[in-house]
Amino acid sequence: MNTNEHDDVIEVTDLRRVYGGDFEAVRGVTFSVGRGELFALLGTNGAGKTSTVELLEGHAPPAGGRVRVLGRDPYAERAAVRPRIGVMLQEGGFPSELTVAETIRMWAGCTSGARPTAEALDLVGLARRSEVRVKQLSGGEKRRLDLALALLGRPEVLFLDEPTTGLDAEGRRSTWELVRELRDGGTTVLLTTHYLEEAEELADRLAILHEGHIAASGTPAEVTASQPSRISFELPDGYFLGDLPPLAELGVMDHETTGRVIKLRTGELQRTATALLLWAERARVELRGLDVRSASLEEAFLRIARGAAAHGVGARERETAA
Amino acid sequence: MSGTTVTTGLGTGTSGSTTTTAGRMAALARAELTLLGRTKATLAAAVFVPLTLPFSLRSTVDQMDLKGTGLSVGSVVLPSAVGLSLLFAVYSTLVSVYAARREELVLKRLRTGELRDAEILAGAALPSVVIGLVQCLVLTVACAALLDVGAPQAPHFAVLGLLLGLAMWPPLAAVTANFSKSVEGAQVAAMPLMLLSLLGSGTFFPLEVMPDGLASACELLPLTPVITLIRGGWTGDLGAHDAFGALATAVAWIVVAVFAVRRWFRWEPRR
Repeated sequence: MNTNEHDDVIEVTDLRRVYGGDFEAVRGVTFSVGRGELFALLGTNGAGKTSTVELLEGHAPPAGGRVRVLGRDPYAERAAVRPRIGVMLQEGGFPSELTVAETIRMWAGCTSGARPTAEALDLVGLARRSEVRVKQLSGGEKRRLDLALALLGRPEVLFLDEPTTGLDAEGRRSTWELVRELRDGGTTVLLTTHYLEEAEELADRLAILHEGHIAASGTPAEVTASQPSRISFELPDGYFLGDLPPLAELGVMDHETTGRVIKLRTGELQRTATALLLWAERARVELRGLDVRSASLEEAFLRIARGAAAHGVGARERETAA
Repeated sequence: MSGTTVTTGLGTGTSGSTTTTAGRMAALARAELTLLGRTKATLAAAVFVPLTLPFSLRSTVDQMDLKGTGLSVGSVVLPSAVGLSLLFAVYSTLVSVYAARREELVLKRLRTGELRDAEILAGAALPSVVIGLVQCLVLTVACAALLDVGAPQAPHFAVLGLLLGLAMWPPLAAVTANFSKSVEGAQVAAMPLMLLSLLGSGTFFPLEVMPDGLASACELLPLTPVITLIRGGWTGDLGAHDAFGALATAVAWIVVAVFAVRRWFRWEPRR
């Protein structure tokens, strides 16, 4: 069935998108997604996630650069690409007066190899809502209807633009489960999200977009590893910062002091923490409020969103994404 | 979202039937017909106005001085009835439909699928066009029975006029939908061309009773050639020259409207 033998199902090279002649929403984005991989695009609002995904879906031609989905141009060759992809937009677009079942039936008539309506509804847990008008669905139910439509044609590549926005915790969990099962079944998934937990939970690889650029990319572990870990504690009474062992020798990158609370940032968490604890042991003092925290995606994300460290991490982009 | 149901084939690939243009448009048209049935106000305007208004025209036409124009009451009312049907059942309805689907992001959603752009617009237009066609046939029969218009003298002109009309108003509606920001605004956006067509295309009164200069300007309106051809179909006194002029005008409007849609149609709400 797969006439395309490329390993990379999605290839994006130096992609650009310009709105209204002057606003550049996507400014030279490069990444690739292999078959069966789940790739997440993270970013703050306005980072260029949706603008990028829309180019992959063949919604518009790029202002510059190259996009290939399943080895083809998704815009110029959309008749060939569309039957093999599934798309979930950020905002659904369903006539509000149709019922859930009628909406699926309409979409099935426009989708090659569509699943039966009942199966599609079962997949997303909307079976009991099939006779309800779309306007009466909750926000979460609308997202799930949108997901059902995206899955209708058993797509090889699935584009999910913020699939769990508006879902409650349980709905989010079951969507994650479904997406993981789809990935295990061989579907390539590209998802955008601003939930870091979602990316950490699902993504094989991810890229963090910031102001139209990829600020960091790689596996969640790689992106996180490029970020410093944190140790914070309260200085024991009678001690000063200078009484600690020389921080630079412990691998500490920088520190800040708030009252008696010391915060250290380190790239070598184990070495720094060990040295610090040995020092406390020898000095027979207690480090009150000790908090040792390895780097998290959240931290990486926040630093990038603040514009800090964007360049340092950005250098990794080529090697990990290529 | 129970985990047990997802075992039924989460594999990928397009096995099974491939969609066709006709199949895709039929699926869309079916949904649009359902929606039309649920939008009572639009449905009422589309179905009842064209079926009732022509007969209220009759008393007006009865008082017109038609001597010397070669027209009878029936040959004025019948083309007018067809014109009203095209304006209310096809044009006005479709301006609302296109604007509503755009504002609800339905058009954007549909464009992510296998439907081509033209299929989306044509599929959405299909129910209205069929309603318009059925209405025209019903009105023709009614006029023949009630107004004694007799059989058409040149039926090919009448058929040609009707087909051109049905092909012309959907793209004009799509262009018009561009000038509205909401469903309510769509009706306002449709007004200018509706009024112009009612007054200037021989719908309420024949161009023959207008001053010459105004009449020849009105011949260039989109509905005028449709009415001219249909009337000529019944009276049989439409010359080859006039018929060709009407045909060229109608085709020109279709070409211009289709070009404008391809070039400027807005598929998404303005942000």
